[in-house]
Amino acid sequence: MKWLILRRLSQLAILALFLSGPLLGVWITRGSLAGSMTLDFLPMADPFTLLQTALAGHFPAGTAIIGALLVTLFYLLVGGRVFCSWVCPVNIITDVASWIRKKLDIKHTSTVGPGLRYWLLAIACTLAIFSGITAWETINPANVMARSLIFAMQDAIWMGLGLFIFALLIKGGWCRICPTGAFYSLLGFVSLTKVKASKRENCDNCNACYQVCPEPQVLIDPLKTTGSSPVIRSGQCTNCGRCIDVCSQDVFRFARRF
Amino acid sequence: MKAASDIQQSGLTSRRKFLSGSAAAACGVALFGLGGCMAKDESGVILRPPGASEEFLGACIRCGQCVRACPYNTLKLVGLFGQGGTGSPYFEPRQVSCEMCEDLPCIKACPTGALDPQLTDVNKAKMGLAVLVDQETCLNYLGLRCGVCYRACPSIDKAITLDARHNQRSGKHTLFLPKIHSEHCTGCGKCEKSCVLEASAIKVLPRSLAKGELGHHYRLGWEEKEKKGSSLIPEALDLPDRMPEFTPPSFEEVKP
Repeated sequence: MKWLILRRLSQLAILALFLSGPLLGVWITRGSLAGSMTLDFLPMADPFTLLQTALAGHFPAGTAIIGALLVTLFYLLVGGRVFCSWVCPVNIITDVASWIRKKLDIKHTSTVGPGLRYWLLAIACTLAIFSGITAWETINPANVMARSLIFAMQDAIWMGLGLFIFALLIKGGWCRICPTGAFYSLLGFVSLTKVKASKRENCDNCNACYQVCPEPQVLIDPLKTTGSSPVIRSGQCTNCGRCIDVCSQDVFRFARRF
Repeated sequence: MKAASDIQQSGLTSRRKFLSGSAAAACGVALFGLGGCMAKDESGVILRPPGASEEFLGACIRCGQCVRACPYNTLKLVGLFGQGGTGSPYFEPRQVSCEMCEDLPCIKACPTGALDPQLTDVNKAKMGLAVLVDQETCLNYLGLRCGVCYRACPSIDKAITLDARHNQRSGKHTLFLPKIHSEHCTGCGKCEKSCVLEASAIKVLPRSLAKGELGHHYRLGWEEKEKKGSSLIPEALDLPDRMPEFTPPSFEEVKP
């Protein structure tokens, strides 16, 4: 449970950074996940959102570029989709829905292949090029959810409900499809911190990791294919650490890519 | 028999797979359709913070830092079902108008330059253009002495002036008609906010909606005359005067 608890704490702490201002009058971070300013000196920006403005034909100002570079560097160190499992509030919704799916024993529902997200990423970028606006941001659930929670907008209810039902109907929910996740997964293919099946010879085939993993396709090779690296190299791995938590044989641990 | 049931079984699963796959595809298409429709709707009647250009939605990352920077809570973010692009900033002058801060905190907070940092004088902001949309209810047009919009305007006597006209109804009074000068109006919305009517007779509209545009070949005679210092055509040209409603005297009357 260690990593799960740490992850929840991280997700809530990040929301708290944004909410301490409007709720308590103590301003730490202003803005939202798309772009923010912490303590008046640390800018951050979502590189994918910024990429869309660039594709729409707008060259962004210095602050946003520095912010996006800092964020990109950070995720190159800790793992690309760490955004998905440690930061994004949609993860909480998807995880709750997955938990209910498990409790209600819902097994036979739709699944989405792990490749669809890259198509959506491509479409989102194409939309920006052809419309000249950041069209995808009109609906982008990751940003809408974070923003509506931070700015206390009604959208939080509708988007949250939509994402929840979506995650009940489709295994893995929006997080299997999300173009923002797809973008961060591209960083994940080269990022430094990775989960490693370092003691894969101890694996007793209990399937617990496979059951709990939001992207189970990433586990197969490192765990089962002899001759392949025990490091989970796929960018689709979110570094959530659930496999580390559930494995009774302590097969997995966080490690460096190299 | 066993083989038959196996085939049936696999038929069932493949049908189920097909159905669930189609459902997922339909969901995806529906989401994109929704996104597309909403994206189309982005150029609505909406007022942006100072310094926003025509291509604002191509530059704004919708982070909300301008909203946080606004000391008067003028700025709000568009909701998911609202007009003008989810999460982008706007304001409704009738609720809270722009106070035109001299230090432009909203522009300073913008990380992308979607709010143009070149705009340093708030009086040069062009957030919209006030238009006296309803002359039927405007108290000044009715001949009363309201003029609240005129006095609320931060650029009084520049952005809004009062044009004195004869009140034909009473025959002896003056109408003071508010007239907006687009060159000076920033679109702050103080006028719309202050209008004393139940619904404001003066409203701030996006410039693209409010402003007419002369044909580029148009030349205003009186301006050209002033520029040249004299008339552009020979002054001698004098057309004969024809009086209206002149009927020649009848033959009967002329006859002695």
